[in-house]
Amino acid sequence: MIEQIIFIVISLFTLMMGWIVVSNNNLFHAALALMASFLGVAGLYVMLDAGFLAMAQLLVYIGAISILIIFAIMLTRRMMQTEESPFNSQPGLAGITAVSVFAVIAFIFWQMREFWPLGAGEGAMPPADKSIILGSVAKLGEYFVSPDAFVLPFEVASVMLLAALIGSIWVAWPKTEDES
Amino acid sequence: MISDWRFIAFFVVLAPLFPALPIGINLLLGPRKPNYIKQQIYECGVETVGDTWVQFKVQYYIYALIFVIFDIEAVFLFPIAAAYGQVGLFAVIEIALFIIILTAALAYAWGRGVLEWV
Amino acid sequence: MIPLSWYLLVAAALFSIGLYGVLARRNAVAILMGVELMLNAVNINLVAFWRYGRFPEQPVGLAWAVFVLTVAAAEAAVGLALIISIYRHRDSVVAEEMDTLKN
Repeated sequence: MIEQIIFIVISLFTLMMGWIVVSNNNLFHAALALMASFLGVAGLYVMLDAGFLAMAQLLVYIGAISILIIFAIMLTRRMMQTEESPFNSQPGLAGITAVSVFAVIAFIFWQMREFWPLGAGEGAMPPADKSIILGSVAKLGEYFVSPDAFVLPFEVASVMLLAALIGSIWVAWPKTEDES
Repeated sequence: MISDWRFIAFFVVLAPLFPALPIGINLLLGPRKPNYIKQQIYECGVETVGDTWVQFKVQYYIYALIFVIFDIEAVFLFPIAAAYGQVGLFAVIEIALFIIILTAALAYAWGRGVLEWV
Repeated sequence: MIPLSWYLLVAAALFSIGLYGVLARRNAVAILMGVELMLNAVNINLVAFWRYGRFPEQPVGLAWAVFVLTVAAAEAAVGLALIISIYRHRDSVVAEEMDTLKN
């Protein structure tokens, strides 16, 4: 019961902050709401026994990506204080699309409800040994370096980060003096 | 295990109380006779010359970018460090390769003169 | 107790909110923020299926979530760099005005 209340509070917080992100006129406030929404998602990870991912969420999304977004807003500042509508010419169509996508996903969930690996009980979270949950981080580390699992994606991720950094510096760095 | 996190929940409740309590007590007990001098923003640094929302330099963005890259590196290396007893020499070579590739990114940024503050 | 479908519905709602942001916002940075929300929703799904699945001792869902995180960071880095560059050249971050390749 108490878990359900915590879940509902966290998810409502996440979704409300997400709504502020997409609807707020002030882009800076939207970025702050984005950070709050990321925090709510980290709370959901905690409820799913994924403490490591919650930590990674804090570190990467809240600590790094949000800062990146806020710096980008500062750099393109003149658009921030606009009095115009934050939406383009098709907010109605976009709303219809988003609502229908949600309806389709919910419908698929309803159709698939008997095929999911729901485990014991009436759809409750299947109990797992504490050693499994606590050992999942070390297991994850083994996966990253094991040739049978994810070593190739792991190395490709580093190459992708290298390419992203070089590409971003190449694109964002002013080519001439007067551009800076 | 969700019950292991009850201390975090405790701090979530307690932490906002710490700044809220002095401010609340101040609101209740402190006498208020504001004048122009008192309302200056003396605690927040000097007053800005011109507009506060100036155009930021692109260097800030590049620094944040490099921070993001090495943040991700930390996220990848943390679970491997937790599993360090179980993984062999092969894993050490892979980790070294991973770090060398990311160091190449830093070397590129350095060679490009991005890290110099102008 | 919380059924799996609650997590999936929250993730679906977050995904739809992000999709709305991507489709309806004018500012390119705001569009990118919508994309980040969508990626977060995907991560919730991955972690929920890991925890509710039959093999919680194999954290493949967590591994994929970390890779999604990585891709999200790279995507934000490159996307925002492009937006900064476009802003410098065209003095605009409105997605509808970036139409040099049109016509």
